[in-house]
Amino acid sequence: MKREVAIVAVGATRFGEHWSKGLKDLAWEAGVQAVEEAGISGRDIQYIVFGNMSGGMFEGQEHVGALVAEFLGLNPVPATRVEAACASGGVAFFQGYLAVASGMYDLVAVGGVEKMTDVEPGQATEILSAAMNYEWEAYFGATFPGVYALMATRYMHEYGLKPETLAEVAVKNHYHGSMNPLAHFRNRITVEDVLSSPVVAYPLRRNDCCPVSDGAACVLLAPLEEARKYTDTPIIVKAVSQASDTLSLLERRDICTLDATVNAAEKAFAMAKLTRSDIDLVEVHDCFTIAEILALEDLGFCAKGEAFKLYEEGETYVGGRLPVNTDGGLKAGGHAVGATGVKQIVEIVKQLRGEAEGGRQVGGAEVGLAHNVGGSGATAVVTILSRR
Amino acid sequence: MGVSGVPRHWRSLRERYRLLGTYCENCKTSFFPPRKICPKCRRKGRTREVEFSGRGRVFSYTVIHVGSKTFEEYAPYVIGLIELEEGPRVLSQIVDCKPEEVRIGMMVEACFRKLFEQEDGGIISYGFKFRPVDDSWAEYYSRLLSEKKARPAQA
Repeated sequence: MKREVAIVAVGATRFGEHWSKGLKDLAWEAGVQAVEEAGISGRDIQYIVFGNMSGGMFEGQEHVGALVAEFLGLNPVPATRVEAACASGGVAFFQGYLAVASGMYDLVAVGGVEKMTDVEPGQATEILSAAMNYEWEAYFGATFPGVYALMATRYMHEYGLKPETLAEVAVKNHYHGSMNPLAHFRNRITVEDVLSSPVVAYPLRRNDCCPVSDGAACVLLAPLEEARKYTDTPIIVKAVSQASDTLSLLERRDICTLDATVNAAEKAFAMAKLTRSDIDLVEVHDCFTIAEILALEDLGFCAKGEAFKLYEEGETYVGGRLPVNTDGGLKAGGHAVGATGVKQIVEIVKQLRGEAEGGRQVGGAEVGLAHNVGGSGATAVVTILSRR
Repeated sequence: MGVSGVPRHWRSLRERYRLLGTYCENCKTSFFPPRKICPKCRRKGRTREVEFSGRGRVFSYTVIHVGSKTFEEYAPYVIGLIELEEGPRVLSQIVDCKPEEVRIGMMVEACFRKLFEQEDGGIISYGFKFRPVDDSWAEYYSRLLSEKKARPAQA
């Protein structure tokens, strides 16, 4: 019989360019915060599992599971690094959840860490393109922004989406990011700023794209029945669901729909026994502005082709009907690829505890959803968290 | 591209030079890239290699201004998702035209081109790219496509 699982502590570094910190320093910073918040000794942790897309290509360092355990002084605790491109963090959370729900472990540290800024930008673009199909996409010159641009061009063709609406996604995320002390970018921008930024992959411009960030995040998981040993405000994991799809965009049924998101969301809502109207805020995977539009539709918050209405009406801001990416999302909050899925969960936890700083707290938030995507949609993880 | 060993590039050379995919005799569906198993029929599927005509239409496109390291020098260049007349889609560069001339629905055909050169005297990789088909041909292909759609699908 599976046990109910709760998040009992969180920690996160600022996302951004951390020239003086390497992978293990970032993991340390996020991990220590979580351990101190729970009032435990690191030695109480029974299992460490964390997301990291490419220590090998970004840092020349593989085997980072054991490396992090060593640096945290936690040998011989089992430590596993999981990889699912940009969904590495979400998949790590799923694995940590399984470890506690199954009864195998009673205190698990779930993390995510990525050190990306040690390589030059062209190199980073090439490494990230490995999240797609290498042989039949990257090999022919496709870049990661390029593949999302293919979705955007087609979406504009089918549903009449305007670049101005895409720009509203970035404007909103920068507005939220300006209130988040851990965000990569804290400046506010205008629609004009987005539309006048250089083209990266038509129709996507620089301000449609998330940055390359360094960062780490960590949460501690325990069985719900033991959660109050560590915190007065445990956050319950109502559901976590992962789905897969073809690695390459060219093989998808519909390039304007991420079927992995659709499938993960359906299972998550069924598992949580909740409906879309129960959700007070969402963190979605906005690696590009078009991705946020697709996510809201694929998660079932609006019909295909209609997400733009939420932006025209300002409903995705804090204070709106469905606040989206209150920490600035990937666009302004930053995207340290392997850490992002866990960082999203940290934000939902802060919101549900009523601890979101800077004026971005969603009033009376009870239930939140996090949505993490790998590659152009080959992996999706949907997590639903609740205060009670 | 990242991996420098020659066999990595040589292994898929036939498919990349001749635009080969997989056809399942059971469900009469073509697939690209090539597969070992039909994802629809699985064990019941009967798959064989198929060479595509190379004709198709632009399903979506983008103009890459910021390329990865290997392709930096070619930017800006057009990447398209091409829907082949046999059904499957292929991702490829669209060449022999200005980026602003590319449209969704445009008729294109495969051609054989250089894809990239590895730095430091590494291999030069070749494969298919797509180019626009001129108007008279476009009309002919368009008729061919509609005739094909009227008939039962074939490889």
